[in-house]
Amino acid sequence: MARLNPLILATGLEKTYPARDRKGAPFRAVAGVDFQVHRGEAFGFLGPNGAGKSSTMRMLGGVSAPTAGSLRILGLDPVADGRRVRARLGVVPQDDSLDTQLTVEENLVVYGLYFGLSRRAVKARAGELLEFARLEDKAGERVEHLSGGMRRRLTIARALINEPEILLLDEPTTGLDPQARHVLWDRLFRLKQDGVTLILTTHYMDEAEQLCDRLVVMDKGLIADEGSPRELIERHVTREVLELRFPPGENEEVARKVGDHVEVLPDRLLWYADDGEQALAQATEAGVRPLTALVRRASLEDVFLRLTGRSLTD
Amino acid sequence: MMLADWRDAPRAGGLAMAFRAMAYWLVRYRRTWRGTIVVSVANPILFLLAIGAGLGTLVEGPVEGASYLAFFAPGLLAAAALQNAFVEAGFVVNSALRRERIYSTAAATPLEPGHIFAGHLIFITLRLFLSAAAFVMAMALFGLIENIAIALAVTLAATLTGLAFATPLAAWAVTVADFPQLNTVFRFVVMPMYLFSGTFFSVTQLPAPLRAIAYALPLWHGVDLSRTLALGTATLGTSLLHIGYLTALCAIGAMIARITYRRCLHE
Ligand SMILES: Nc1ncnc2c1ncn2[C@@H]1O[C@H](COP(=O)(O)OP(=O)(O)OP(=O)(O)O)[C@@H](O)[C@H]1O
Ligand SMILES: [Mg+2]
Repeated sequence: MARLNPLILATGLEKTYPARDRKGAPFRAVAGVDFQVHRGEAFGFLGPNGAGKSSTMRMLGGVSAPTAGSLRILGLDPVADGRRVRARLGVVPQDDSLDTQLTVEENLVVYGLYFGLSRRAVKARAGELLEFARLEDKAGERVEHLSGGMRRRLTIARALINEPEILLLDEPTTGLDPQARHVLWDRLFRLKQDGVTLILTTHYMDEAEQLCDRLVVMDKGLIADEGSPRELIERHVTREVLELRFPPGENEEVARKVGDHVEVLPDRLLWYADDGEQALAQATEAGVRPLTALVRRASLEDVFLRLTGRSLTD
Repeated sequence: MMLADWRDAPRAGGLAMAFRAMAYWLVRYRRTWRGTIVVSVANPILFLLAIGAGLGTLVEGPVEGASYLAFFAPGLLAAAALQNAFVEAGFVVNSALRRERIYSTAAATPLEPGHIFAGHLIFITLRLFLSAAAFVMAMALFGLIENIAIALAVTLAATLTGLAFATPLAAWAVTVADFPQLNTVFRFVVMPMYLFSGTFFSVTQLPAPLRAIAYALPLWHGVDLSRTLALGTATLGTSLLHIGYLTALCAIGAMIARITYRRCLHE
């Protein structure tokens, strides 16, 4: 059943921003993407800077009209029925948009009022959420005085004020220390267990592997591939990776020597092989003399680099 | 679920939605209102003292049949309304969209851009009204306001004047990408209007072509409306003309704002 009725259904979705001034040209940030998200899933968008992740998230959030293609959220059109869609969404934008002049609690209360909650309901809900975000003792504090991690937690708490069915998280843990990230992951896990559908973007591969059931890798406004973290690793990379470092400028030259199973990064070469040690032996035989060599298991990061890496060296 | 009943509730009307958006501004104002009231009263008192005791004594004879202070005070009131409108609907609106991201936060909720605009405008109206009321109180201290009816009429006239600027200003300020542009407009549009709308001197003293321009300026209508009401020289026809002109500006501004807010909040 759930498979037949996705919670979110995007087909040929596009976003072209108008030119900023008369000299500029319109810019197509999202260039036709298809994806589906099902109830209770955690779905991720990976992609380099400018890939169009936030643009897609804003369309999902019902605050940016697609310029082509179709988008259904909860069976509704997020443009024509924006109000009803947004009433059931929680949104964590990429940049914290908390009001730094107001207190932690006031930020929650105001946001709850936007959703039409009564003052009494919103106070009660704010209490629960402060506990959830471990900010109980900061309720009366001005947001100005909060650390980055606390602000992020507050932003997530705020997004939950209306008990959303879908939570949109644009880079929820960027800029946080490892502990704060683990706290956040734990919270997101709990929400998922409560049946909330999570949609997130991230630059952290471990985060994507931890949290996402399924993800897409975006590049230049298009989806490069889609699947579970495991599927993507199996599809695009070998079991192991040999990392080789050379003095600056030698990367390209070596790459030409050893073949097309290598990825050239600015600072190192990635050599994909089922047996890393064997690849290293092969390299040594071919007369390659790296400064350092390291064999490790392939990860989602390798998939990411495979699918989008070439744009990094552009 | 605790909120299920609320979620299924019938859709709130536009005004109810606007009040939700306004609640934010009230919460924020709760922090600063005492300070702003003090400034709104103290400022005109100082101004009127300086004019009454200083500059006013240099002006010979009555202006438009009144002492210079009685002539000047309502003009300054209208001009102050313009200035307040510029701060509240120019600078604050622009920063609410770009720097503080207040609007985008609200736009992620069921509020539509039109509600967000209306909610902010209601709050701006309240601010304009309170500032005008404080100013009129200061005028009363100088014996320039005869009775409570006049006080109310003048306060409303100044509020309408402010609103006639605030509405189109908000419609424009929300589209401005770089903040300094606001200052440029303040310097080259607002200040000249301030000087040539009969705030400091009667426009009848101007040569005919300049006078024609002054009569076309919205601030002159605000100044003349406030002044004639304060001095008790208002006539029905002229007052209605002023009110009509200022109301038309509000209506046009609101129409444009609905479009620009949607374009800029839902990009
Ligand atoms: N309002 C806008 N007007 C014009 N261009 C825009 C607008 N918003 C984004 N863009 C452009 O669209 C492209 C995609 O931006 P987007 O923010 O969606 O990328 P992203 O994948 O979220 O990147 P990041 O990882 O850096 O957050 C960028 O080139 C950006 O400059
Ligand atoms: Mg982004």
